[in-house]
Amino acid sequence: MFNFTIRRLILTIPTLLFISFVIFLIVKLSPSDPTGNLPLTIPAEVREQIREALGVNQPLIVQYLKWLQQFFWIEPLIYLENATGWDLGAGDATRLISYQTRSPVMDLIMQRMPQTLWVVGTAYVVGILIALPIGVISAYKQYSVFDQVGTFVSMVGFSVPPFFSGVVVIVLFSVIIPSDSFFWLPSIYDTTHRVTDWDSFVYQFRQMIMPVMVLALQITAQISRFTRASMLDNLNQDYVRTARAKGLRERTVVLLHVLRNSMIPVVTVIALGIPSIFGGAIITEQVFKVNGLGQLLILSIQGGDVPTVQTLTFIFAILIVLFNLIADILYGLLDPRIRYD
Amino acid sequence: MKLTTALMGAAATLVLTPAAFADGHEGERGRDGQLNIIYWQAPSTLNPYLSGGTKEIESASMIVEPLARFNEVGEMVPWLAESIPTVENGGVAEDLTSITWTLKEGVLWSDGTPFTAEDAIFTWEYCTHPEGGCANINYFDGVTSMEAVDDRTLKITFDAPKPFPYTALVGSESPIIQKAQFENCIGAAAPTCTEQNFGPIGTGPFKVDEFKANDVIQLSANENFREAGKPAFATVLFKGGGDAAASARSVLETGEFDYAWNLQIDPQVLSDMEQVGIGTVAVAFATSVERLMVNQTNPDPALGDERATLAHPHPFLTDRAVGRAMSMAIDRSLLVEVGYGAGGQPTCNVLPAPEAYASTANDDCLTQDIEGAKQVLEDAGWTDTNGNGIRDKDGIELEVLYQTSTNAVRQDTQALIKQWWSEIGIETELRNIDASVFFGSDPGSPDTFQKFFADVEMYTNNFAGVDPEAYMARWLCSDIPSPENQWQGNNNQRFCDPAYDALVDEMSQTADLDRRAELAKQMNDMLMQSYSIIPLIHRGNPSAHANSLGGVKMNDWDSEIWNVKDWYRTE
Repeated sequence: MFNFTIRRLILTIPTLLFISFVIFLIVKLSPSDPTGNLPLTIPAEVREQIREALGVNQPLIVQYLKWLQQFFWIEPLIYLENATGWDLGAGDATRLISYQTRSPVMDLIMQRMPQTLWVVGTAYVVGILIALPIGVISAYKQYSVFDQVGTFVSMVGFSVPPFFSGVVVIVLFSVIIPSDSFFWLPSIYDTTHRVTDWDSFVYQFRQMIMPVMVLALQITAQISRFTRASMLDNLNQDYVRTARAKGLRERTVVLLHVLRNSMIPVVTVIALGIPSIFGGAIITEQVFKVNGLGQLLILSIQGGDVPTVQTLTFIFAILIVLFNLIADILYGLLDPRIRYD
Repeated sequence: MKLTTALMGAAATLVLTPAAFADGHEGERGRDGQLNIIYWQAPSTLNPYLSGGTKEIESASMIVEPLARFNEVGEMVPWLAESIPTVENGGVAEDLTSITWTLKEGVLWSDGTPFTAEDAIFTWEYCTHPEGGCANINYFDGVTSMEAVDDRTLKITFDAPKPFPYTALVGSESPIIQKAQFENCIGAAAPTCTEQNFGPIGTGPFKVDEFKANDVIQLSANENFREAGKPAFATVLFKGGGDAAASARSVLETGEFDYAWNLQIDPQVLSDMEQVGIGTVAVAFATSVERLMVNQTNPDPALGDERATLAHPHPFLTDRAVGRAMSMAIDRSLLVEVGYGAGGQPTCNVLPAPEAYASTANDDCLTQDIEGAKQVLEDAGWTDTNGNGIRDKDGIELEVLYQTSTNAVRQDTQALIKQWWSEIGIETELRNIDASVFFGSDPGSPDTFQKFFADVEMYTNNFAGVDPEAYMARWLCSDIPSPENQWQGNNNQRFCDPAYDALVDEMSQTADLDRRAELAKQMNDMLMQSYSIIPLIHRGNPSAHANSLGGVKMNDWDSEIWNVKDWYRTE
């Protein structure tokens, strides 16, 4: 197992380098212009000067190598310096600068991280907590009313996009319900809000309800289906009959024997979904103005902000590769029959 | 006598004071709490010189200020200057080569240091540095030097007579930044100064507390602001993100915000939201015109490198009869109703404002005339000889490719116009391109509006400020995009007329405002009658504000929140 992990970790390096180069080429070769969204009143010569100042006109390979150096060397160095107070000589180096904001990309990402992790992360946890019991009960009482309703809700969760469900809940809870009512919820997420006492926590809770629930609906749909399918696979197995024949209580059979074995594929799915938390939820973030990583990514794509798009997508790539590895290892740990060596 | 005057003065003060306070918007600074503004496009920086985008310029306009601004009717009002210099008051030299501004007395930056002419000079140096990539550098065109005669007197000298000298340091695009703060941020160092760019020190009514790029700005009243009792709001939350419909909803339906910007959404939806009764939509019109550009050169791919260049005139769009018929077939009022509502008016001019410059010679385009359009084509010899429903002449069929940027309203407009054109026997193929590609100027992309590899294209353009000289100079022969100039240029429809060039030249040497207006109208009419531009809609800028917010004067000549210092809470 240890050897396997080390081997896989080493293999990720060329994979990631290749991914970064492909991302770079895709972003760079697609026709976009960082000055494209500026008002037309700005003349072409001025646009050219702006592009020149941004370094857009340098040869591609120079831009790529520069990005590599900034991402893998200068940025970590600067963070290390800030964390430890040592002087490692990174002070004067040019950091990875976003075209749109002309500020360091990593700072933007760090600034966006908390709200994305809060909202999308909470939604993920809430989604899983709702999904597991639904999946278990649906499978145990297959074709019952509960199962049918669960299937229906999952289908709705799967098929209704958040730009629809989001607007529906906003109209319900922010527009129709009067704003002095207890059930009224804010439609715009306040990213400057700080939790300092009970009241501010309540406000934070209220402003998170709608985005979290909209996102959780989708996650619930996906994971409850997985749990249900996996439970059904196991419920018909011989070992279940054996357990029942031994006279074990039904609760023990389902929750200890069946559930544990059913969780193996589900845990993998959950682990593989974690990188998407960092990716943010582009649409839901837009609908509720959460302005997290997803919104940063979409704005950067629209604004032709190559360094930001490149850095963000590459970080997602790292997370995906990493969590794939974690899922593989978890699989081995949960299922003793699987051995990688 | 003196005593009487003094007494009368005192009495008058006593009478007037309650009257002023009764108006509800006089009092001490910061009395009205928080103002919430939402811009659905979030500002990326607060340094307007590094962006040039509307969202950055407008958000920064609460913090940094110019010498003079344009008010809601497009007139100049002194802002950091005492008055507007003119030839009459001696502020502008007789030969039009220099202008002398006197700054207001006692103006302080928000950090408490005095504002001087040196700051203005520094701003000019900052923006014109060749490595800085300043987006508003053209506001300083022709400036050869700036000198501080004393702390409060700034003399700007131009390289040639400048009939309209109010561009440098005037309007929201060229505000004055603080020398002490930006001194080390000049040229190539500009983007490294994140702290400065995200928190400029200004003379304006508000100062930055926190700036989160592409997300939110928190501001508070500037305690050193020069006008007593202003601003009325203690803090401002300037939120960005989402979409136009959601920000309209947050002001007009949920009341979470006080002011929402740029609400170009379905007019029906907007007016339904307004019915709720807690907010109002206000529209300001300036110079934006949605227009069709009619390609005067042949975009046929078979021409290879000479595609869409002057070497090959367009096979049929150079025939004015065709352009005229295309224009006559359009029902502009219906386009307004479908796509723009209160935010648009039909227009027949590419230069619709300011009023003094607007021509009335082309107004017959306001009514649709399908039959007339057919007759025009008929008379010009365009008939359907082969019975395929498309008019032709000498084997050339009237088939056009009509492109624009991807945008719901534009696609509706395209569909309607295609329908009208098919009624008069012109076949139209529609195409839409993502805005960042279409308006991008990547010379490698075939889809830019400058390359114009299509027959007709549609977009909006305008000019900043109130003087149309530079705008009208866009249609010079020398400004045609071509492979020789890497497709850079403003004359996208490739209009070329030596008589027009002569008028542009004359305008650049004329200072008399009446004559300038006459020339501008003449140029507008020449363009209109060439049918190389078919204007459609004079676009306004709709914004919404809560009914409890007073003092809003919608303005499209400057930043729309130009007078945020005067805003107050009515209840």
